[in-house]
Amino acid sequence: MEILVCVKRVPDTAENEFELNSAGNDLDRDDLVYSVNEWDNYAVEEAIQIVDNAGGSVTVVTVGDDESEEVLRREMAMGANNGVLLSDDAFEGSDGKGIAAILKAEVEKGKYDLILTGAQADEGAGQVGGMLAAMLDYPYASLVNKIEVKDDSSIHVGREIEGGNQEMNEIQLPCVLSIQTGINEPRYVGIRGIRKVASVDVPVKGAGDLGIDPAAVGKDGAKTRRVDYFVPDLGDGAEMLEGSTEEIIEKLIEKLKAKGGL
Amino acid sequence: MTQMFAYIPFKNGAAEDVALEYPDAAKKIDPSVEVTAVVAGTGADLDKVADAMTKIYKEVIKIDHADLAYPNAEQVRKALLDVLPHDAVILVPHDTFGMDLAPGLAVKMDSAYAADIVDFEGLDGKDLKMIRQELGGAVYTHVTSDVSSGAVITVRPGSFAPTEDTAAGGSVVDKSGDVKDLSAKRKFLEVVVAEVGDVDITKADVLVSVGRGIEEEENIEIAQELADAMGAVVSCSRPIVDAKWLEKSRQVGTSGQTVKPKVYMAMGISGSFQHLGGVKGNPFIVAVNKNPKAPIFQVADVGIVEDILEFMPELTEAVKAL
Repeated sequence: MEILVCVKRVPDTAENEFELNSAGNDLDRDDLVYSVNEWDNYAVEEAIQIVDNAGGSVTVVTVGDDESEEVLRREMAMGANNGVLLSDDAFEGSDGKGIAAILKAEVEKGKYDLILTGAQADEGAGQVGGMLAAMLDYPYASLVNKIEVKDDSSIHVGREIEGGNQEMNEIQLPCVLSIQTGINEPRYVGIRGIRKVASVDVPVKGAGDLGIDPAAVGKDGAKTRRVDYFVPDLGDGAEMLEGSTEEIIEKLIEKLKAKGGL
Repeated sequence: MTQMFAYIPFKNGAAEDVALEYPDAAKKIDPSVEVTAVVAGTGADLDKVADAMTKIYKEVIKIDHADLAYPNAEQVRKALLDVLPHDAVILVPHDTFGMDLAPGLAVKMDSAYAADIVDFEGLDGKDLKMIRQELGGAVYTHVTSDVSSGAVITVRPGSFAPTEDTAAGGSVVDKSGDVKDLSAKRKFLEVVVAEVGDVDITKADVLVSVGRGIEEEENIEIAQELADAMGAVVSCSRPIVDAKWLEKSRQVGTSGQTVKPKVYMAMGISGSFQHLGGVKGNPFIVAVNKNPKAPIFQVADVGIVEDILEFMPELTEAVKAL
């Protein structure tokens, strides 16, 4: 099974407190900690496990700037065999469709049976996998929480649906799947693993290498654009209990008694 | 504005709640536009839903096809492409089905795509101005889409006011005959229903619900002690189940259980919309989180900025002493 996993470098929601910049229109990015999109780690782990069982190789790819190379190396330290960085000034400002179009060009350079993405990133759109599949005319399943390889031409996948239930499907290969968290336990990546892949060559490809018309992607090609970031007035919000822990607990217990919590 | 459509998901012969929320969303996009509902499936359930939708929408397009007995996104997409004009603006719920359907539909329609919209600010020429959230609800963004060649827009269920106007007196237009080949490379097999755990969190009046703030598996015990003292049940958010610290039947959220307690203690839970989507019935929500900017504080009744690992044991002792 030849597997391509699309990954992304994102601000880490667990490590950052997000503030707006002084102009109030973008995140204050000066001290942001970045990491691999959480969902993508599950996708890479799943790919590695499939290849461990069925043979083949795992390639990780990302669209991004020079700094995105670090997420490729991290996933290679996990066990991905190859990494490819798709980077070009012309890619900047791409919407979901632009990113999918860039990835499509790379997919067509190889011969992959299975293409995985994370189910979403912290922007929450969850769009690139479905778009990539449609562009390639491959079948697609989102929010995948189980993969069973049946034979060379088809797999069974479970999708997460409402209420904790799971929808099972048979899908023909090649296909695109977006992977939901919880499908596996992504392995720990130690400093030794990172060192091991530090000197491995990671090819960088631009619009010319991929045969992409720069006007079709990037800011100019985008039909959907983010204008700014903002934090809304919180309105009524919670009544914040303040004081010493003892005082807070006293107030809380009174409220819990009144509301039937005790 | 081109024609606007609303995809109506349904289950067991009843439209999902979002069907009532689209009219408010559409009004915010363009107050003058009429929205056409689109219902796809087969049989008596489909007819029942289509008829029900005529109370809310002036026009209801019905697509009846045996292959649509289960809503397979690939097949629904094909059916919609056969029926919709190429420059349609179509609203789809941002749920597990919408996430499966919408991105590919936007590609095949060659239209704009905007995901998980929580509000609309209207049209500015060919640009539609919208609001969405990013980074787990920590920040909001304004986005614009050029909708002049159509658009697929997923709206977050629960973000718009459900209509109370059920006197549209609309009619059903059967477009089943327009649908061509619905063969698909993806075939639905079955739905595997979630296992019932040892505790039914949906029946509890008081839930002590833990999130990432619990930090380690061993610390679940601290929450259990508080729950025991309060006569409550321990539930959790998704990351706790992903880490296998608690079983799936304890998870509150759109991908877990829907709960209706009297009191919901959100301990170390940031409050993503997927999580809060599982908390119904307007409970009294107490949020304890060491991050004063956690989105949970926007919806909680009472907020406490503390580390739950220090706060819960003290609360447990105080409750025991009552």
